[in-house]
Amino acid sequence: MKNRIFKILIADYGMVFVLLFLCVLISVLTISDIHPEDPRSGRRLAGLMVKKYGKDINVLVVARDIDADRKFAKAIQEELTRLGANVVGTELGDPYSVRQRLEKIGAESVQVDLVATHNFSSKWKIFSGETLKKLGTNHPVLEKLKVVRPPSYRWPTFLTRQNLISILNQNAPIAIMAIGMTLVIITAGIDLSVGSLMALAAVVSAVCVQEFLGAAQASGLSVMLAFVIAMVVCALSGVFAGVMITVFKMPPFVATLGLMMVARGASYILAGGADALKIEATSVGALYSTSILGIPSQIVIMVALFILAHLVMSHTSFGRYVYAVGGNETAARLSGVPVVAVIIAVYAICGLSAGLAGVLDASHFGTGRPKAGEFYELQVIAAVVVGGTSLMGGEGKMFGTFVGALILGVIQNGLNMAGVDSYRQMVIYGGLILVAVLIDQLKKKVIKPAAAV
Amino acid sequence: MEEADLPRSNDQPLLVMKGVSKSFPGVNALENVDLTLYPGEVLALLGENGAGKSTLIKILGGVHTPDSGTIEINGQVVQMDNPLTAQRAGVGIIYQEFNLVPALSARENIFLGQEAGMMTWISRSEEQQKAVDLFSRIGTQVDPDQLCQDLTVAQQQMVEIAKALALNSRIVVMDEPSAALTPREVQGLYEIVDELRAQGIGIIYISHRLDEIDRLADRIMILRDGEHVATKQSADLNRDQMIEMMVGRSLKKEFPEREVSIGEERLAVDGLCRGQAVRDVSFTVRRGEIVGLAGLVGAGRTEIARLLFGADRIEAGTVMLDGHEVTPRSPRQMIRKGLCLLTEDRKNQGLILGLEVQDNFGLPNMNDFAPLGLISQAAETAAFQQFVDKIRIRITGGRQVTETLSGGNQQKLVLAKWLQRNAEVIIFDEPTRGIDVGAKYEIYLLLNELAAQGKAIIMISSELPEILGMSDRIVVMREGQVAGCLVNENVSQENVMKLATGSEVSMTG
Repeated sequence: MKNRIFKILIADYGMVFVLLFLCVLISVLTISDIHPEDPRSGRRLAGLMVKKYGKDINVLVVARDIDADRKFAKAIQEELTRLGANVVGTELGDPYSVRQRLEKIGAESVQVDLVATHNFSSKWKIFSGETLKKLGTNHPVLEKLKVVRPPSYRWPTFLTRQNLISILNQNAPIAIMAIGMTLVIITAGIDLSVGSLMALAAVVSAVCVQEFLGAAQASGLSVMLAFVIAMVVCALSGVFAGVMITVFKMPPFVATLGLMMVARGASYILAGGADALKIEATSVGALYSTSILGIPSQIVIMVALFILAHLVMSHTSFGRYVYAVGGNETAARLSGVPVVAVIIAVYAICGLSAGLAGVLDASHFGTGRPKAGEFYELQVIAAVVVGGTSLMGGEGKMFGTFVGALILGVIQNGLNMAGVDSYRQMVIYGGLILVAVLIDQLKKKVIKPAAAV
Repeated sequence: MEEADLPRSNDQPLLVMKGVSKSFPGVNALENVDLTLYPGEVLALLGENGAGKSTLIKILGGVHTPDSGTIEINGQVVQMDNPLTAQRAGVGIIYQEFNLVPALSARENIFLGQEAGMMTWISRSEEQQKAVDLFSRIGTQVDPDQLCQDLTVAQQQMVEIAKALALNSRIVVMDEPSAALTPREVQGLYEIVDELRAQGIGIIYISHRLDEIDRLADRIMILRDGEHVATKQSADLNRDQMIEMMVGRSLKKEFPEREVSIGEERLAVDGLCRGQAVRDVSFTVRRGEIVGLAGLVGAGRTEIARLLFGADRIEAGTVMLDGHEVTPRSPRQMIRKGLCLLTEDRKNQGLILGLEVQDNFGLPNMNDFAPLGLISQAAETAAFQQFVDKIRIRITGGRQVTETLSGGNQQKLVLAKWLQRNAEVIIFDEPTRGIDVGAKYEIYLLLNELAAQGKAIIMISSELPEILGMSDRIVVMREGQVAGCLVNENVSQENVMKLATGSEVSMTG
């Protein structure tokens, strides 16, 4: 009995374990020195400075002229002031501007004991021992100048909030399309057109904004309208594929292969042969760049859609029908399932999800790229298959697909960090997909006899 | 075992299985079962579904490995590890589900798997000659070059038998060989079995049809719940005793009595046509009436059912439900109109085997459980449980995978999902095919109950006793047309067969 529970655990959640294993493995492999640059480390640095040198110090804060550094510098400055130390000033800029500032300070004979900065800026040549020495001989006030930065620590670069978010963000389009693909594959179909439809959506939204909705003058609402139009076009393409498959009995592989080529070609035609069709409306990036609680909108949309899809598949008659159609189309039809409608709907949803991915792409780059989503269909199918959905139809879980998409994302990220080149990545990627499906097959062989009570 | 069941103690037994036990997780499929088979005899293996017949056969065929027990063939202990060792040991098994490749010819199927290696040259003429020999040996004529997909079910069965014999099998096992055959074809099968017996081959014959057992068996072995109940000379057992031993209780009758009260006309079919399969078919069914559709396989009975259910398109003719004309377009539409069909092929058409039982139950009933698209699991579970109790579906729970249910329970599950629909016109296509005696009786009781509730029932069956025992009226089909309609005193096995085959009918009154 214990053995059986274990087997079921492996069967249902095996891929979660694989994902966790990969995360641990990559974490261990990417442990390295981390040099923090966030406001918290700035406050900590201020505290350490006062502790070590006393509050009777004169500090110049140096950082780059970017948003994150500004917050970092501000945190140091505020904390030092709070602790009673003297902040001479804050220099946000580059090595050249820092040198100018120091020369100026030296010329004005303002006493500076410490330069507080982060690891990145501390590596600037101006802060090298030699330069500082020269500076000290020229200006006596700078003689004892020391550069301090927040202490570093060892931590996996993989396991940082920023990296994890970027994995999710980069894979969101594929994961979103994998939702639609899971539905299609559960009905024992396949949809090769998603990558092309993604490009079509991006280009259609670009054309709509540029040609009909006032280009640069287009309001946020107009851009939204363009996005909706693009998604509807993709959903209708899905309906078209569904009709070909049901009414004209075309094999899904062939119907969507045709659609894939048509949609890709149409994208290039609409883009007038350009690599990217610029969207001039300023609000185009709003969809992509919005973030909720620090999480990019793409990730929020993806997670929300997965939850929605899971609920639909497990708690609605539509979900039940999808499994039934994939399990046995004849029996489903004879049980009163509207088979034709279900299949068309499934391809429409798949097209819609590709449309959403394309719209996000357009918002991301601010252009309609006819090249967007090239070969994505294969990655999307891979995510679904790795997630445990059977290509024979009738079984599969949204949660599995989510895990599958994450596994592929994590592997890619890990390989990038390990510095593996893209050709080798492809080989490893392909091999891993084979292994995942192999595990799935073996698992069925092991589990089935036990389950057949 | 008693002395009496060893009739030819001077003969050496072909096959001795001793103390065979096998358990699957949670189930003891077989417990300490003995089986002895002599050359030139037919040993009938009887038992309800789930009694362990199939498991025993699969152990003999090397599909399952027994937990304990030995198998001796010609006095030698044989280790059956896989189907190949069983074949080499001279065991040929014809399973209920055929194992033929539809796109290959009969000849290619017979010799499939016997090629000496992956890349050996296959001598076509030699094989052809062998195939012709084999077919003549079992006294049938099948063109060895015909593709299996073009053969009738009976012919495919012949190919299976030929395939078993091609291996020089001395032991032949037939698992429900007559299930898919028409009465005429069954006669042919009997002759083949007789022929094989005369050639000294030992035959293990599994069937639910007791008249076949009477006709064929030399000895009868009965299993119940994985245990050996008795092995006796067939002359020493009558039908009632057989059934009693199988079910462990005495069934008073094969078909239950029913108070018939027939109401107004519910379904009227007039001039129904579709190609050659259904030609100008007219009949009516009234409330509370069971109409039997009899005929040979291929007479168009199933096709009529599919037309009424909207599974196929009607080419001509009208269908009236409660006096209103309807044009069946899709099963979905007809289900809404209160008509349902229990297909003859449960596994492929009636149920989605990969789904959980409750999901199958709920599939046509989403209107009830998910009026706005959102399924109420509680309502579904409650309704399902009601039917589980009422028609005694044996399951471990609503989340059991349908595939693991026995045939009888699958049939009950199909019935449950339609009963939940509260269908008013119910078409049963071979409702008891492959179902054991006890479960059959329960299905008959259910049919009667449904009729008593005023539902109109059409029952298609190839088993004449069933048609005669259950129907209020019998419509006999022949080659797509209604050959005749039998009521009351005209109802007899002979009349049905005469109409079905096209000979003269003696009608009284």
